[in-house]
Amino acid sequence: MSAPRVTVLIASPLRSYTGADEVEATGASLGALLEDMDARFPGIRFRMVDEQDQLRKHMRFFVNGEVVKALEHPIKAGDEVCIVQALSGG
Amino acid sequence: MAKTKSKAKSSKAKSRPSDGTVLLVATRKGAWIYRGDPARKEWRSTGPHFLGHIIQHMMLDPRDGKTLLAAASTGHLGPTIFRSTDMGKSWKEAKQPPAFKKQEGGRTVNHTFWLTPAHKNEPNVWYAGTSPQGLFRSEDGGVSWNEFSGLNDDMQYREWMGREQDGTPDGPKMHSIIVDPRDPKHLYFAMSGGGVHETVDGGKHWAPLIEGMEVVGGFDAKTVTFHDPHCVRLCPSNPDRLYQQNHCGIYRLDRPGKVWKRIGKAMPAKVGDVGFPMVVHPHDDERCWVLPMDGQTVWPRTSIGGKPAVYGTSNGGKSWTRLDAGLPKAGAWWTVKRQAFVADGGAPVGLYFGTTSGELWASRNEGKAWHCIARHLPEIYAVETGTVI
Repeated sequence: MSAPRVTVLIASPLRSYTGADEVEATGASLGALLEDMDARFPGIRFRMVDEQDQLRKHMRFFVNGEVVKALEHPIKAGDEVCIVQALSGG
Repeated sequence: MAKTKSKAKSSKAKSRPSDGTVLLVATRKGAWIYRGDPARKEWRSTGPHFLGHIIQHMMLDPRDGKTLLAAASTGHLGPTIFRSTDMGKSWKEAKQPPAFKKQEGGRTVNHTFWLTPAHKNEPNVWYAGTSPQGLFRSEDGGVSWNEFSGLNDDMQYREWMGREQDGTPDGPKMHSIIVDPRDPKHLYFAMSGGGVHETVDGGKHWAPLIEGMEVVGGFDAKTVTFHDPHCVRLCPSNPDRLYQQNHCGIYRLDRPGKVWKRIGKAMPAKVGDVGFPMVVHPHDDERCWVLPMDGQTVWPRTSIGGKPAVYGTSNGGKSWTRLDAGLPKAGAWWTVKRQAFVADGGAPVGLYFGTTSGELWASRNEGKAWHCIARHLPEIYAVETGTVI
């Protein structure tokens, strides 16, 4: 079974990479989605995920409106993924 | 941001041909580039570059006179390096920014703090210092970066580096990466928590260089971790002479000697010898400049008494002269960071510093008189000079 292709909403600071506020990406997990995006938009993953494969602490990832905190989180066809900056007081 | 055209605007509609000297101003909210006329009287700026990005440091490669590197991050996004070869008209992001290796308990680069072009015989080689403290090297002009020399995982150095809470409030910094102009294998670096260090074999072995440096009262000066160099500079006219502004005073070191001498003792007692930057004269190893700040009580790090002044020596630190003509006489509680005060290569030498309150000041005559180039910039993190070829 091929990995699902889903819509990813892009936070404004990352649109300099994607050139769009939403993109299509393929992957069976959040981590795979970000890898797929990085292949097309080089450098975007490292701005969101550090070298120890931890999601950066002021970035937030939602799948179908639910916050996700692990790269291993499964993605299925029809999911909507949203990447935003944390509203951390500024 | 694989490749971008800069949206930076010029401050004047008509640009002039290159006049050589540029000032690279890195701030908490972006970067600006100032180009001077031959007399260094008029400055035309472009910027902001990367509006909203925290730019810790921006450097022009003196070996080609055109490659600019900028160390960037934002409050939310991770750190990266941007590169330009057309003075900021367009920028390309590093393919592999400085990052520690992935391993159990591995560290994460919060930001790249310091950029140093390597030896003139090593074109395209750069060094970077990070927070938390790590040393990185690029051999392709800043496109890709790798950990350098095993230092980042050396158990002894990790102990000396300490942990986050052992460092400055916005993270311990590796800074003052210095390449001996006579020998590409002879390097120095300093750590805001962890002393000054040297290698003579291209990073195979490192050794502390802390003898003579003082530490905060009550601590043991033999313990490397307790040493807090703020800025170390090598004299281009005499690579055997180093000057240092430290948390605990101003120092000079004459190699092959290994004992720092506290030359700040000759500063006026009411001023003291605490500050962040150190600036050396490009052609005269007896001359350097500092910008003293208040180091009392809770370490305000502001101009002493609200009266900013540069102090200069012309005899290797035996005596110091106050240089404040043109600076505010009172009510200016400035902080100037360690990489925000520099000299150009002119004759007479031009001096430039930026304040955390967003003012950019210059002297065309080695500190005798000062004038303000720009106000109302964001918090200035770094000022560098260079010559466009």
